[in-house]
Amino acid sequence: MEAFDSYVEIFGSAIRLGVPLILACLAGLWSERSGVVDIGLEGKMLTGAFAGAAVATFTGSAWLGLAAGVAATIAVSMVHGYASIDQRANQIVSGTAINMVTDGLTALIGNYIWSQGGRTPQLDNSALFNPITLPLVDTLRDVPILGSIYRHLISGHDVITYFAFAAVPLTYWALYSTRFGLRLRAVGENPAAVDTAGISVRALRYSAVVICGVLVGLSGVYLSLAQAAYFQPHMSAGKGFIALAALVFAKWRPWPALATCLLFGFLDALSIRLQGAVLPVIGPIPVQAIQALPYILTVVLLAGFIGKATPPKASGIPYVKER
Amino acid sequence: MSIPLRPLPAWADVALIPLLNVAAAFFISGLVVLAIHENPIEAVKLLISGALGDLEGIGFTLYYATGFIFTGLAVAVCFHAGLFNIGVEGQAYIAGLGAALASLYLGFLPGYSLVIVAIAAAALFGAAFAAIPGYLQAKRDSHIVITTIMFNYIASAIMGYLLVNVLRVPGQMNAETAQFPPGGIVPQFHELLKPLGIDWPVTPFNLSFLLALVAALGVWVLLWRTRLGYEIRTVGANPAAAVYGGISPARITIITTLLSGALSGGLAVNVILGEEHRLILEFTSGFGFVGIAVALMGRGHPVGIILASILFGVLYQGGAELAFEKPTISRDMIVVIQGLVVLFAGALEHIFRNPVATLLARRTGQPPI
Repeated sequence: MEAFDSYVEIFGSAIRLGVPLILACLAGLWSERSGVVDIGLEGKMLTGAFAGAAVATFTGSAWLGLAAGVAATIAVSMVHGYASIDQRANQIVSGTAINMVTDGLTALIGNYIWSQGGRTPQLDNSALFNPITLPLVDTLRDVPILGSIYRHLISGHDVITYFAFAAVPLTYWALYSTRFGLRLRAVGENPAAVDTAGISVRALRYSAVVICGVLVGLSGVYLSLAQAAYFQPHMSAGKGFIALAALVFAKWRPWPALATCLLFGFLDALSIRLQGAVLPVIGPIPVQAIQALPYILTVVLLAGFIGKATPPKASGIPYVKER
Repeated sequence: MSIPLRPLPAWADVALIPLLNVAAAFFISGLVVLAIHENPIEAVKLLISGALGDLEGIGFTLYYATGFIFTGLAVAVCFHAGLFNIGVEGQAYIAGLGAALASLYLGFLPGYSLVIVAIAAAALFGAAFAAIPGYLQAKRDSHIVITTIMFNYIASAIMGYLLVNVLRVPGQMNAETAQFPPGGIVPQFHELLKPLGIDWPVTPFNLSFLLALVAALGVWVLLWRTRLGYEIRTVGANPAAAVYGGISPARITIITTLLSGALSGGLAVNVILGEEHRLILEFTSGFGFVGIAVALMGRGHPVGIILASILFGVLYQGGAELAFEKPTISRDMIVVIQGLVVLFAGALEHIFRNPVATLLARRTGQPPI
């Protein structure tokens, strides 16, 4: 029974580590499905985390922090949108610029305001998103297996986590079952066709960029106001890029994106758990091997050895309306 | 939606527009400095005097510039073939492994032949690590941007493992190798100048700088004076036309990424063989990414890259002095400037184009096209 509980615990931390990946991955999915490649997820995550923590510190309100984090991330997203859509920029260059500017700026402003090397002060519980205990947890406590699963895996998460899990079916429904979603996907595959039908490519791509900002902003807010209780420079620590890897691995589809992010979250949880552990036969596990696994898996997939990951046809290509 | 690009006179295209772009980046940086209640003019003065005020500052500036020339060239070579190599950071990291292994384990080689082999090993390891993304792009159509991002993290994992578990000197706390033998390092200028009676202050500025200048010249000759360079530029400009002209884009892609990886190795030569004289964790410290800014600012031309590298050398060295004098303007400011340069010289490179074109057309009395 105890072994089972410890497995449940690993899965619990896999969920907690997977949430920022899920949100950022869906953000990238919206953007790239509309044809705007986004390697700036990392920087946008930092933006959301910083603005969220800063405003929560000043106001003592997690929700105002969330609003600020999302708003700031949308603003950064719009810069990428303007460069990619109106200025016909190289979207990789634009994303790189955003990663650099936000990485420096969040640390600089944080250091200017609080003089703690860019770290924001520790937040009180009242200014954080706290775990919510779902009803019936205590009633089901003694039910074998299910009681433990309900208690550790399903209950006890914060609002953003539940939203992240809801965002997957929402994204799926919006992209595949609404007119807006159909048009948005079409813009990522064949913008000229959408344009011919009299629908604005520009408006569709901008709306995708805004949705991307909201989702990745939430992932940042999650980092500083749910997972930690402060902002710290470079705290996204490559999660934006893992989300990007997950997006490729999931072949730009929402449900596989959820599965991949949970898998990558699980690997992360495992690498923390196995630190210094010695397995029979294999011997000590190099933690780095598990940490590198998401990247290796993605490269192997990209190489076409296990299926083929084909991005949306028009992604990365600015649309030029013919004159 | 998008406005078509208007033709411009050559001087505006080559000089005016790039200068305007970089000026915009620095103007916004100035606003950032103002926003954190510091005086930008004073900051620039401190920055320049820290970087160029004395020989010591100049030594450090040129030391940083050396690394940037290599990474800038590495990024630029790929740009010319239409490839975006974000993996210079990881390639340089692995190149450091090659340099260290050669310097540590081939100590039987006489005199400075050891360091020459170590430099070659750095280039070889860098190229080998770039080869995989290059091959995957050329033959399996896997996007090089994604694979090189992944490879940066893979490099970091490999090096972390090797330094902590394999290469560390037994009994040592720090994850670093033993010191290299005297024949296995690139000499620093202050040592070379001492016998000549010139008293240059002790700085990490080393002979790799000359190697960087040679590499820049080599890249120029290759790109604009050889058949291979012509093929690289053709593939970059129009892969379909390249195929029509009998050029194999797959072959060019692989050759270009190999070259780019080898050039990345120069960063390891400068830092590992020229300054640290041992392999340490994360020695690349983001210089691979600075290469992107340098290549964009230098517009992919070796001369531009050398100038941009020196400017970034000034920013890094002067920025360190500035952060010492004014702790609010921390080194993160330099990262902001770097990002703004990439934004304005890269992503928003056309933002001033049409206004300038309209202005010039009005002045010369030609109707705007």
